[in-house]
Amino acid sequence: MKYACLVYGDGNLSDPLPESETQALHDDSIAYHEELRKSGRLLAVEALEPASTATTVRTRNGRVLVTDGPFADTKEQLGGLFIVEARDLNEAIRIASSHPATRHDAVEIRPVRELS
Amino acid sequence: MPPEEAAPAQCPVQQIYANESRRVLATLIRLLGDFNLAEDALHDAFVAAAEQWPVEGIPNNPTAWLISTGRFKAINAIRRRARFDASLGKIAEELSRHDPGDFDVETIKDDDLRLVFICCHPALALEAQIALTLREVCGLTTEEIAKAFVTKPSTIAQRIVRAKSKIRTARVPYEIPSAGALPERLDGVLRVIYLLFNEGYEASFGPALTRVDLCAEAIRLGRLLTGLLPQPEVYGLLALMLFHHARRHARTASSGDLVLLGEQDRSRWDTAQIAEADALLGKALSHGKPGIYACQAAIAGLHTHAQDSASTDWQGVVAWYDALLELEPSPVIELNRASAIAMRDDANAGLRLMNAILERGDLTDYRFAHSARADMYRRLGRRAEARAAYETALALTNQESERRFLRTRIAELE
Repeated sequence: MKYACLVYGDGNLSDPLPESETQALHDDSIAYHEELRKSGRLLAVEALEPASTATTVRTRNGRVLVTDGPFADTKEQLGGLFIVEARDLNEAIRIASSHPATRHDAVEIRPVRELS
Repeated sequence: MPPEEAAPAQCPVQQIYANESRRVLATLIRLLGDFNLAEDALHDAFVAAAEQWPVEGIPNNPTAWLISTGRFKAINAIRRRARFDASLGKIAEELSRHDPGDFDVETIKDDDLRLVFICCHPALALEAQIALTLREVCGLTTEEIAKAFVTKPSTIAQRIVRAKSKIRTARVPYEIPSAGALPERLDGVLRVIYLLFNEGYEASFGPALTRVDLCAEAIRLGRLLTGLLPQPEVYGLLALMLFHHARRHARTASSGDLVLLGEQDRSRWDTAQIAEADALLGKALSHGKPGIYACQAAIAGLHTHAQDSASTDWQGVVAWYDALLELEPSPVIELNRASAIAMRDDANAGLRLMNAILERGDLTDYRFAHSARADMYRRLGRRAEARAAYETALALTNQESERRFLRTRIAELE
């Protein structure tokens, strides 16, 4: 079963991490993704540019509405996501909780809907 | 099934339902992989038993009979539905191909534990965990649970439906947590049981409502868990609940008023439960560093075995509160420790600590902080301050018997 793991954080803007910790997070994340990929359980992983670069579009009555900013203007924003293959939620929790991002950010685990 | 319900002269099927239905359900959930299917299967199995047993006699192993009958009926039901929905055909085939194996005692015991762990899974909201545990593990009806929490049955039903839907959609596994995850997951289970007990304990002071005795249910869950997972904190929690439950008859006067520990008629305490709690506490303290429940049980034990307030081992009580604070820093525990220090040393020492906690703004709206502080002033003869603090506590209390208690105290200070 596939689970999308959505990484939410405030981009550490309010309380920036020391340079050394940022570097460690970066290195650990790369190592973790590599390990997960080798085990065949990492299906996709992407980091996102800050929410300040986001653009939101809707089409209503055939008109395209483009607005600046993310869909929800909250302190914690989507900063990246990875998709894993796991036997069940417990395994997904185990995988996600080992991700370096959980040290400072929060990871929301969502089952991917099987489209038939 | 309420545990203290006397059920003499039950027919065998009813008797077996009372004792075995949860166990049968726990195994059926594993075999069928779905709560609702398992519940229907359980129902069908007992209907079949009620029809067949009086004629054919009770099978040698009724539990195994009920499990295989329920499984068989569920597979047949899916096959029937598969005529209209082809995708179900595959499910039925898979279920029937899968060999259920033997229903030996160990496997069934593991299923009991799986059921407890899935109901208390941290991915479910706490109130859903509580409702699901009462429904599936204790076998209470939605109406009984609603009554116990003074809420509408539809609210409880919705919580249970949502929880089951999440279990299915997010694929929460039916398993005993791995060794690495077990301590945290066990904490979650113990928290649910402890909350149930507290809910029942609070309710016992309220207006006499006919409602399920949640304390008894919590104790039953605690007993079940000591059999399934004999660990120090499991013993600790059961000991803690039994020490408190043993005093239930002495805790309220015939008027419904609250009777404080020091004034309780000790002859009304349940000595059998106290003895059981003592033995459990011994087990809880015999392995490694005591956990939060063992510490609280140890405190309850010291209170239970003291002849009166004055001869209580207050030094011991304070030491257990210190140990508890180290494990779980909390202003409420600090407050209780301050009360114990007031008994060990003097009211001034207690008052200093209580005022410091209140000055931090941590317990401003906590009625017991104000009544405890009032008690210190009363003992020091500072009547005006005592009265003011009792008034503050009174304003924060809706509980009728507690309000009467506080009014009496205030009147004594006039």
